[in-house]
Parts: sequence; C-alpha cells; structure tokens
Amino acid sequence: MTSLTQNFNFAYLDEQTKRTIRRTLLKAIAIPGHQIPFGSREMPLSYGWGTGGMQVTAAVIGQDDVFKVIDQGADDTTNAVNIRRFFEKVCGVETTESTSAATLIQTRHRIPETPLQEGQIMVYQVPIPEPLRWLEPSEVETRKMHALSEYGPMYVRLYEDITQFGQIATAYDYPVMVNQRYLMRPSPIPRFDNPKLNMSPAIQLFGAGREKRIYAVPPYTEVKSLDFEDYPFQVETWDKACEFCGSTESYLDEVVTDNDGGRLWICSDTDFCRSRGKREE
Amino acid sequence: MSYVAVKGGAKAIANSEALLQAQRRGEQTVPELSLEQIKQQMALAVDRVISEGSLYDRDLAALAIKQSWGDLVEAAFLLRAYRTTLPRFYYSQPVDTGQMQLQRRISSIFKDLPGGQQLGASFDYIHRLLDFKLAAEDNQFPAPESETDNQPVPRVVDVLGKEGLIQAENPIQQPNNGATQSEENVFDLTRQPQQLPAGRDARLQNLARADEGFLLSLAYSSQRGYGNSHPFAGEIRVGQVEVVICPEELGFEVAIASITLTEVQMVNQFKGSSAIPPQFTRGYGLTFGYNERKAMAMALVDRCLRAEEFGETVQGPAQDEEFVLSHSDNVAAQGFVQHLKLPHYIDFQAELNLVRKLRQEYQQSNQATQSTEVEIKQAENFDSANIENNSVPTPISPPLDHPTTPHHSPTP
Ligand SMILES: [Zn+2]
Repeated sequence: MTSLTQNFNFAYLDEQTKRTIRRTLLKAIAIPGHQIPFGSREMPLSYGWGTGGMQVTAAVIGQDDVFKVIDQGADDTTNAVNIRRFFEKVCGVETTESTSAATLIQTRHRIPETPLQEGQIMVYQVPIPEPLRWLEPSEVETRKMHALSEYGPMYVRLYEDITQFGQIATAYDYPVMVNQRYLMRPSPIPRFDNPKLNMSPAIQLFGAGREKRIYAVPPYTEVKSLDFEDYPFQVETWDKACEFCGSTESYLDEVVTDNDGGRLWICSDTDFCRSRGKREE
Repeated sequence: MSYVAVKGGAKAIANSEALLQAQRRGEQTVPELSLEQIKQQMALAVDRVISEGSLYDRDLAALAIKQSWGDLVEAAFLLRAYRTTLPRFYYSQPVDTGQMQLQRRISSIFKDLPGGQQLGASFDYIHRLLDFKLAAEDNQFPAPESETDNQPVPRVVDVLGKEGLIQAENPIQQPNNGATQSEENVFDLTRQPQQLPAGRDARLQNLARADEGFLLSLAYSSQRGYGNSHPFAGEIRVGQVEVVICPEELGFEVAIASITLTEVQMVNQFKGSSAIPPQFTRGYGLTFGYNERKAMAMALVDRCLRAEEFGETVQGPAQDEEFVLSHSDNVAAQGFVQHLKLPHYIDFQAELNLVRKLRQEYQQSNQATQSTEVEIKQAENFDSANIENNSVPTPISPPLDHPTTPHHSPTP
C-alpha cells in the first residue's frame, strides 16, 4: 500500500471515472432526493464499508480541501481512521477533526452537532439507498413507486407502528421527503439528526457503492421527516448529560463501564465534545 | 474514571496488518510458497479467482491467493480492486469457441460425434479416496501420451442447429461496417450499473463473475423443482482460444493472447408456444480457466432466467432475474455481510432508547391492565364463590396506545 501514491491517480480513481461520478452528482443535485444509478467501482475497501461515500469524495476532492471523516460521530473510530488515511495517502490533502475547519466531511451514521456552513460538502455513506426496500424488495417496483410518488405504503407502515406501539418505531434511517417530491433514506443516522438535513446551507451528497446509487440534497432544500398531524415527528432526548462536557443537547452514547451494569453517557460527536470541554475550562 | 474512550485506531490497524502478515507466513522453517507453485499446483484455485475476479491474469491471481492467505473470495476481491484501476485500450472481437484447442470435451446427448469425446484431466471417474501417497513429497507423475491432433472440432449444439432443432442465438447487433465490437454494443457491468430487466449480455456477464457457490445452489434448486428445468449437457468443452483485437488505427486483426475457457451448452426441451415451434432451447455457461462446475451451474441458471422469454411461469428463485442478478456477486455480498463488524453503536443507541421507551409504556399499560383485571376478578370471586382457581396466569396483553384504557381479557 505504500506505493499507492506513485501507482495511482490523485484520489485513486482515474479522471474519467471521477468525471462520470461528477456528472451523476450534478444530476442528483438537479433532482433532489432522487436516486441516480452510476457505474460504481470496486474500491480497495469492501463494499458496505463506505465505498459509495469514498467514490463521491474521490470525485469532488481537490488539492485545497480540508478533509474530515467521522464514523458514529467520532474521528478516531477504526473505520474513520482507515478512510482518512486512505485519502491522506492517495491525495495528500490536509485533514482535520474540526467540523468548522473542514471543507469536505465524509460521514457514517451521524451529522456533526456543530451547524454546517455554506461551502461545506457532506458526504454520507449509504448502505441501502431505497427507502421503500423493506416494503417492496423489487427494484423494478420501487422505481415505479417513486416515479408515481406512490408513497402511501410508507405512511401505512408508520400508521401501523402507531396503532401497535403508540408511536413510530423507527429509531434511525428515518424516512424523509425531499423538496416535497422524493422519499429518501437519510442513511442510518439517528432520527435525532434528521432536522439537521432540513434547509442546510451545506451540499449533502449520498453515495451507495454496492447498490450503485447516488443522490443529493442541495443547499437550502426542504427535508421533512414523515409524520402525521396528530403524531408529529419527534427526536429522542436524554435525561442525562455528557460525562465529559456536560452537554444535554447533543446525541449521547451510552458506555457500559463495568460488569455490574454501570453506565455513563458521552457525546457521540468527539469534536463537539472536545471543543465544548475547552470552552468551559 | 474507569472508562477510556477507544483511541489509537491507526495503531491498532497497523498492528493487525503486521500480525496478519506474520501469521500468513507461518513458521520460518517452512519454505515460503512461490507464485509458480500456486499457479501450477493450485491451478483450479487460480482459475476460480480469475473467473470471479473477472481478470485473466494467472500470475496476479496467484499473488492474490498468496496475499489472501488462501481465502479465494478475498483473492477475487483483490483482483477486482486492481482491475478497476486499469485503463481500457480495446474491446476484443468475440472469441470463437468452435476454434478451441481442446483439452476436454464431453457431450451427454450423442454417444459418438465428430471429434469424439475427450475426458482430459478430470476428477469425474476417480474414486474419491484420500491418496496417502500424495502426502509424501517428491512425487513423479508422468503424463500419458496425448492422441489428439489439435484440429478444431465443431460444437455439438451447432449440429442440432443445422437441423433447426435448437433455438438460434441472436448475436448482439454488430456495427454495420463489421469493424470492432465497440463499447456501445455490449453492456459492461464493470462500467455501467445493472439495469433491470437486464439484457442477456449483462445477465451472462453477471453470471460469469458470480460466486460459484451461489450459482451451484441455484442450479441445484432448479433441478429439484424450484423452477422448470429439464437439461441435458449438450457439450462441455475446455481449451484454449485466441483473443483477437482489431485496432481502428491498424485496420486489421491482431491476436494478443491465448486463454483457457470452459464453455457449457445445456440443451433443454421446450414444447413450444403460440409463437415458437417445439424445439430445444439453450442455457449457456462460459468461464475463464477450467471451472466446469461453475460453467455448468451458470448454464442451468442462464436457462432458468430465460423463462419469461419462452413464456414460462416464473416459480423458483433461479428464474427470478432480479433476485439472481442482485445477489450473485460475492465481492459485494462478502462486504455487506461483513460490514456488520463495523461499529453500529449510534444506531444501537437509538434502538436502545426506543426499546426502553416501548418497554416502559408496555409495563405501564400492563400494570393498568392487571389492576383492572384484579378488580374484575375480585368482583367475580365475590359474585361466584364456586370459582376456585385464582392462579390462572394472566393473559399477556399487547401494549396499548393509551395505557389508561382498561383491557378486558376473556375470563378463564
Ligand atoms: Zn460531551
């Protein structure tokens, strides 16, 4: 792997492949929330491990970008480390752990707590892009349903949750309606993060490598989590505070500390937690 | 504080890689495997890897097998990840398997035929007894004299074709000038996303790259009634064919390689439909290298996938194009199955929160239900003294929308 930089193109993929991905991205941005097929390539990481996000990143990254990678909100999880060191190797770009310093952020399962700004690009790793997949396994059928905006079955499913459980029992990858037209999977972020998708000033790009799909949410686009008038969308809350920084408004991870069920709660967003910790010192 | 956040991911990764390298090498006293040894003595492993890795390079496949510690799916993945970075210079002309230099050729539909049957090297008629002599080294196995004259032998299925007894294959539209098969004519899964319904070219490419085990099981299922297949092995042939390109700038054909292929044509009965007279139909299998089991399975699955084309009812998984084509690739499958090893604690936390909340509501509703039931029972006991058994278990009630609503279970 040490010879990677000598033997491979900037950002690993050849220019032609990057160009076709960028064309797909432009189309995706033009039709917010709509899944566009693309000729996804094998990457030196397994499918399902962020190859879609990596291909999107490879297509848009430039020499001047400052790159941040998070997995589960943290910069230091092994998968985040692995993807970051891959792009360090094949691009030699500057990397950061700071959300506000980054121009390009690749993420798995979280949106940073620090609000995104204009000019920033978020790249989401997507395992299953199709929001209707658990209702209808056939791609041929789901494409038809999207074309006809036939989203009734999804509302029925949510309604069944309410009759059975008293609430919508989807904790993550909670379906959203983009620009009042396309039903979209926000990738497996907790529903806590869904409101951050709405009217975000950043460009949000979604890459599913194994499923060969790209979709996007352009800046300042309406992204609405599905709900009902009498059962409005709600995010989860904790009656705990972060053990490190005391935050009560961030997404908290539960950590088991001993064999007797001892627990504590810490921010999942390590950059947010650290910068808050500093402020309060 | 006892909890230390999981840090040092980079170091852990580096150590894991170093450990893998050391364990893969094994004891230093044992000689290291050479690529030549793998290529020759594990030739069928190499053939599987070039086939599923979709790259005809036996040297690189041997390297991939060595690097993957003998894990052939991993080796195919290594080859694919390398292959995708390679520039594409030319598209070859279609190979002519009728001109194959045969190593093996079997037909189960004619006792004898021009060119004859040729067993070649095969496990087929060898008793599967462990050969303990092989455990010793320095074995000498002289090859028997070959009797073949290396003349091209016509394909068996073409014999049926002359009589019009078998459905003709429609070649993909060639460019009018008869020049090179170009990018636009043939679907290429390595450059284009799968489309459904898929053309037969995309389908065959998908199957040629597919996991052998997956195809084998599907083919098997079709023979056991999950599908409608009545196949005969029309012909199995293994041998070398020339790969020819016709660069536009040269204007003439150039042979660039000789590769080993396994080709299988299955012949299936077909009673005909309103549009097609009764005839035999084909299932086609083709792989790089000597991959007979896979090529046979591929041919069966190909025929199954033609159900709609021949107006047959789709009844088994092997006939379901979307199911087969979407799940055949082991590089994709291994990645997604194994991605479950990645951290999912954000999602799990979200689920944990949800399950706790649901449980809380469940308990509240149950308590409400139970107290209501107790009241009811007490009332019943009070009214009818002949009910003795108070220990009948309380039926478990489902969680309710409104925990305060009384829930009436049937009285025991
Ligand atoms: Zn914190």
